[in-house]
Amino acid sequence: MNNPADLKYTTSDEWVKVNGDLVTIGITDYAQSQLSDVVFVEISVEVGDHLDKKSVIASLESVKAAAEVSSPVAGEVVEINDSLSQNPEIVNSDPYTKSWMVKIKIESPSDLNVLMDSAGYEVYCKDRSH
Amino acid sequence: MFIPHTDQEREDMLHAVGVKRIEDLFEAIPPKHRFPKLNLPPAMTEMEIMAQLQDLANANESTRDLACFLGAGAYNHYIPAAVDNLLRRGEFFTAYTPYQPEVSQGTLQAIFEYQSLICNLTGMDAANASHYDGATAAAEAGILAYHHFRGKRNKFVLSPAVHPHYRATLRTYFSGYKNIQIVGDENNNSQVSTSDISALVDSNTAMVLVQYPDFFGRIIDYSKLAEAVHTAGALLVVSVNPIALGLLKPPSTFGADIVVGEGQPLGIPLSYGGPYLGIFATKIDYIRKIAGRLVGESIDGNGKRGYVLTLTAREQHIKREKATSNICTNQGLMALASTIYMSLLGKNGMKKVAELCYHKAHYAAEKINAIPGFSVKYNTTPFFHEFVVKTPRPVQDINMHLLDHHILGGLNLGDYYQDLADHMLIAVTEMNSKEDIDMFCDVLAEVDHE
Repeated sequence: MNNPADLKYTTSDEWVKVNGDLVTIGITDYAQSQLSDVVFVEISVEVGDHLDKKSVIASLESVKAAAEVSSPVAGEVVEINDSLSQNPEIVNSDPYTKSWMVKIKIESPSDLNVLMDSAGYEVYCKDRSH
Repeated sequence: MFIPHTDQEREDMLHAVGVKRIEDLFEAIPPKHRFPKLNLPPAMTEMEIMAQLQDLANANESTRDLACFLGAGAYNHYIPAAVDNLLRRGEFFTAYTPYQPEVSQGTLQAIFEYQSLICNLTGMDAANASHYDGATAAAEAGILAYHHFRGKRNKFVLSPAVHPHYRATLRTYFSGYKNIQIVGDENNNSQVSTSDISALVDSNTAMVLVQYPDFFGRIIDYSKLAEAVHTAGALLVVSVNPIALGLLKPPSTFGADIVVGEGQPLGIPLSYGGPYLGIFATKIDYIRKIAGRLVGESIDGNGKRGYVLTLTAREQHIKREKATSNICTNQGLMALASTIYMSLLGKNGMKKVAELCYHKAHYAAEKINAIPGFSVKYNTTPFFHEFVVKTPRPVQDINMHLLDHHILGGLNLGDYYQDLADHMLIAVTEMNSKEDIDMFCDVLAEVDHE
């Protein structure tokens, strides 16, 4: 599994990229491989929405499952990736760059403290595959 | 008799839950209610029971014995013999619709054909494998609209000219939802125009529900309303009579987002109210929020055409509580009946049935309007095969008199609308001969002179 070192990770398999008070959220390589072919992505928030921690930001459907993506941080939605609904397959082919889902202006940086680094997440994934 | 458990297995189970006898499991029920003595007559032979049931059945008056002018959502149409014949083939006539593509290509193809025919008729892009009836299909449209806006829009506008039972069912479906406003029909007043409906639509409105032809039989142009609904970002749901669509423009032409309807007129007998068929079709944009089963066409491993349930990830067995609806049940057999009916009639046959209904209804309306004391309401609005008549005496009195002459009169609208006391909703189909209609008018004419 590919887990870039500059990202942070959640136990529900989202990645988080931190840039000052702006965080970008998507789903991990592990998550996309577990879902298999993603056929539908719906971003369920709009720019300007205020989110609580753990709010659902997107719904995904693959050929065999449905899943939700939630935000590990509270804050305001500043940008959403509209192109995903047209090209849901890029969640499989490029989970870390093109298929970012939502950018959020974070309210409380301490929300990030509980997130894993890439090494921690790799162990977390390995433990589940046994 | 099939007994799935041996005595030993029962003993083991009782032991596992810690009781001695099965009766102990019912301790919570008060003793006097626990094992009530059933007051049953002595056993009868099958022949005796059949005779008794036949006597009971003979006490009913059915549309076979009466000239029927009652409609209001369920209509007396001719059903070609082939519908029932094909329907009862063992491959189709099962208690539960089989969906495994390996063994059920016939059923799946029939459902696919049904969906395609409904799409053709309504002008929508996708139809599901059906709901219970027109009322539950309309309610599901409300649920879809709610989820489409993720609960952020909570106003639902209902035209009072939608079938009263459909509106009641939608309210029942929403009874567990918080902060829902269902407006437009609160006063049980029939005099509400499309511009009145339009005025209720705002940025908080999820959907607007209208009927086509409406409950009073009127054919109303909803294009202006559709524009207003879409300007507000809401969805327009149109409940249809599928027979009328043989003649009328499909709802897609005036901007419907979801089309629902009662499929009973398509080859399904009146049968005292069911089983019926809930039609549900939408534009492609809402396909992921459709409840129930969808059958798609695909190719199998050998490159041959095949049919399979599709987009199942939206269904409740995968999405659980996050699914739009918990309903997956459909009226598979009734959907098949309607498919056979539509296929037998074809496009021209569907049009012909609709034309017969239209012309016979207009003949009847004109004759009734000429009877002293009776007048057709809304006679400047085009109508399909149903119309409202103002009666000189209470509708129930007139209906009793009609029944004496083996005529089933129309619906008493006063039961549903406070401003329509002494108004009757009359339906005419291809089943009503000119002689029936003339006799109906003669008996009505007598009523006034009593």
